[in-house]
Amino acid sequence: MQRFLVRRFIIVIITLFAVSVIIFIMARAGGDPRSMLLDDYATEEQWDDLGKALGIDRPYYQQYAIFIADVFRGDFGQSIKERRPVINVISERVWATLQLGLAAFVFSVVIGIPLGVLSSVRRGGMLDMTGKVVALIGQSAPSFWLGIMFIFWFAVKLGWVPPSGRQEWNSIILPMVTLGWVFIAANLRLMRSAMLDVLDSEYVKLARAKGVPNRVIIWKHAFRNALIPPLTFAGVNLGSLITGSLTTELVFAWPGLGQLAVQALWSFDYPVLQGVVIVFTLMYVASAFLVDILYAYIDPRVRYA
Amino acid sequence: MAREATGVLEAPPQPMGRRVLRVLRGMRRAPILPIFFLGIVVFAGITAPWISPHDPTRGNLADRNLPGFWTGDRTSPKLVVEEVEFGEGFRQVSLEEARELYPGAELGQEVEVLTRRAGFPTYVLGTDHLGRDLLSRTIYGARISLIMAAVTLGVGGVIGIALGLIAGWYGRLVDEIIMRLVDIELSLPLILVALVLVVSLGQSLTIIVAVLAIWIWPRFARMVRGEVLTLKTTDYVSLARVAGASPLRIMFVHLFPGTINTLIVVATLQVGIVILVEASLSFLGAGVPPPDPAWGSMVADGRDRLADAWWIATIPGLAVLLTVMSLNLFGDWLRDKLDPRLRQME
Repeated sequence: MQRFLVRRFIIVIITLFAVSVIIFIMARAGGDPRSMLLDDYATEEQWDDLGKALGIDRPYYQQYAIFIADVFRGDFGQSIKERRPVINVISERVWATLQLGLAAFVFSVVIGIPLGVLSSVRRGGMLDMTGKVVALIGQSAPSFWLGIMFIFWFAVKLGWVPPSGRQEWNSIILPMVTLGWVFIAANLRLMRSAMLDVLDSEYVKLARAKGVPNRVIIWKHAFRNALIPPLTFAGVNLGSLITGSLTTELVFAWPGLGQLAVQALWSFDYPVLQGVVIVFTLMYVASAFLVDILYAYIDPRVRYA
Repeated sequence: MAREATGVLEAPPQPMGRRVLRVLRGMRRAPILPIFFLGIVVFAGITAPWISPHDPTRGNLADRNLPGFWTGDRTSPKLVVEEVEFGEGFRQVSLEEARELYPGAELGQEVEVLTRRAGFPTYVLGTDHLGRDLLSRTIYGARISLIMAAVTLGVGGVIGIALGLIAGWYGRLVDEIIMRLVDIELSLPLILVALVLVVSLGQSLTIIVAVLAIWIWPRFARMVRGEVLTLKTTDYVSLARVAGASPLRIMFVHLFPGTINTLIVVATLQVGIVILVEASLSFLGAGVPPPDPAWGSMVADGRDRLADAWWIATIPGLAVLLTVMSLNLFGDWLRDKLDPRLRQME
């Protein structure tokens, strides 16, 4: 167990390092920031002074160290567009993204897992067919397009929910469904195949032979054991839900980090984009790591492998 | 009449009919519609310059937002007035104009006036906000998606296969390093990295291809490595080694062919994912640079015009949906057929 976790932790560290290096290199590849900050009449002396102030005159590894130290202090620099610290811009929006991500996650579990169980129990039945169609659409439809279609039908044509924004309580419904659908598909498929495997196992057959009622077999004997694959996936899920919110937030004008990242992309606001990428990566890696711990706790095979 | 015993049993030549039957039986339960649709997409992509009726990048502003085959000319009743008031054009028409259509038109009368010309038959699927033909753009979009998928699959696939073979064959430290690299790669939020690259280096096809290739190689590597680990223990591989075959020869001649079934399945399913990710990036404005008609950016074009021209966003989105759906159905079928073991891994 410890070896497993240490190994996962090392990967977390290396991932964070890799992302930080990419961000650092790309910030430098964008050109010398001094040419943006100074006008054409700046003297050589001003140029050098600014370089010293920004730390650009130092060797690269020192610049990288400065960059990392700043990040640890929560200093991501100034937003070019909004002219205020990036950390403030980000902290205003984190909550919206977490809210949407968690809602979509819960939604995908609540719909996907039971549907997966039911479609495995009644193979080939109506529910199974419905589940297959739902999963197929979730896997194949571009979520941004799905979101646009939802807005067109449920907000513009039918007027059931607001088309965008986050003002009313029901504005979360459409983005939640859009974002969650992909993961309904994943949960459903994983749950269904895991259930089919378990229902075919010897101990379920024994329980059947003993005359245990079907309901107990399904929910007590099979369901609990079949939960492991979807659970493992849930961690990766939670992470990609958070980052997958980029297009969804954009489509629904949901004021979260995803929308912020896209706006930063369009206005070439590198410091903001860099901050969002760091925060997103942290969330992503942290949630995957937490699930690894949970997973090792639940499934003894991982612990002793 | 008895055949000489030559030690070789010859199968009697099969009648043609039975052979055809066997091929057909192999195709049993094949997803006909998805295969057919994929055929259309591939055909459209390859022959785009010859079959598209219009230039996909140049439009006629006079033909903006025209609907396609689903509607004819649209008319609506308008009041005939002396002079149309500013901003009232949608319910008033000037006497002069009305007289051209209906010579006997009088002031205060209501007449049916053409409000939107039908795009059909000039534009089968209508036009976008710049008057560009949507059918041609969708056809060229297929070409772009196919090219992107082929290139990234080529680059990512070759890297993934090579590293997977090496990791599986050499094992130990090499395996450890490559597999940890795979783990790291899979835990990178690559769409965000793509955005960072686009902001600092500018929008280009190379970046998208690179990001997508980085996206898919670990999946290939993982799969191939798994296959190699089992193939490695087979007798024919041990014999090849005893016979003095070089590692390179064993990897490519003896191990690689054994992974092909799995590879075909993985590749089919990955193409769908590549098309989806590319569409998302293009939708965000970080993908294929305009004015090239990528499906994702076409959806983005139509996003704010749904109320008056729903087809601009709907059609390219449908193209992505149907293509990826067909790939998934086809891939699932291939998987059941070629490699039933894989079913458990999804």
